[in-house]
Amino acid sequence: MHAVSCGSERPVARLRIFALVFGVICFNALGNLLLAWGMKHAGETVTLNPLSFLRVMLDPAVAAGILLLILWLLSRMTLLSWADLSFVLPLTSLGYVLAAVFGKFFLNETVTGAHWIGTGLIFLGTTIVGTTDSRTSCESVSEQP
Amino acid sequence: MKWVLLSIIVFATVFGDLLQSYEMKRSGEQAVDVKGLARLLKMIASRKYLLLSIVCMAFSFFAFMALVQIAPLSFAVPASAATFVLETLLAKFLLRESVGKRRAAGTLLVLGGVLLLAR
Repeated sequence: MHAVSCGSERPVARLRIFALVFGVICFNALGNLLLAWGMKHAGETVTLNPLSFLRVMLDPAVAAGILLLILWLLSRMTLLSWADLSFVLPLTSLGYVLAAVFGKFFLNETVTGAHWIGTGLIFLGTTIVGTTDSRTSCESVSEQP
Repeated sequence: MKWVLLSIIVFATVFGDLLQSYEMKRSGEQAVDVKGLARLLKMIASRKYLLLSIVCMAFSFFAFMALVQIAPLSFAVPASAATFVLETLLAKFLLRESVGKRRAAGTLLVLGGVLLLAR
């Protein structure tokens, strides 16, 4: 394994990290919502055939969803250059809560009591993870001879 | 079919995320502006692990597209969170990230929450 360079000596400010986490969550939740809505209304059954995927991608909602998910990918890559994967994963899981809320209000999916307890656990878990150091692996990953 | 698609999502996501995190750690901190975006796109084109991670994510994405058509979003999204524990463990052992008690506890609480959301 090669040495991992952290780039700048000055750590990225915590507030900037949380702002980008918020952006990553929004891009993901909105992208998934548009994708799911578009897929359900595209009027075509998607199979493993690539042509079937391409036809569905022409649907405006699916195309907008894909665009948002590309933005999600790029913003998440930037976030991974600032913070640990094990820090980013729990924090961005707040997107699951948004997905459930969007599912209820926009796609008429059922949200039960267990879902709200789950939402509470996710908030608690992300708050705890959010208090840990965002970057721990810069010095610990060493170059092999 | 639902579970086949879910397996593809889990495997491709775990492998893709680990490669992506590894490469992004090596790249140094990226800027959130047009210049940073251009640099990011150039990196994707020139670094093979980063490119492979995008391929993995594409597999995961297409499997997800197929899954949301045959299962509700409130199943598809939380179920794909099975990657959670696997990725955290592999981040500790392969990426040498420090997963202390607080981070592990928080991650488990999040996992519990996501599983409840999948019910």
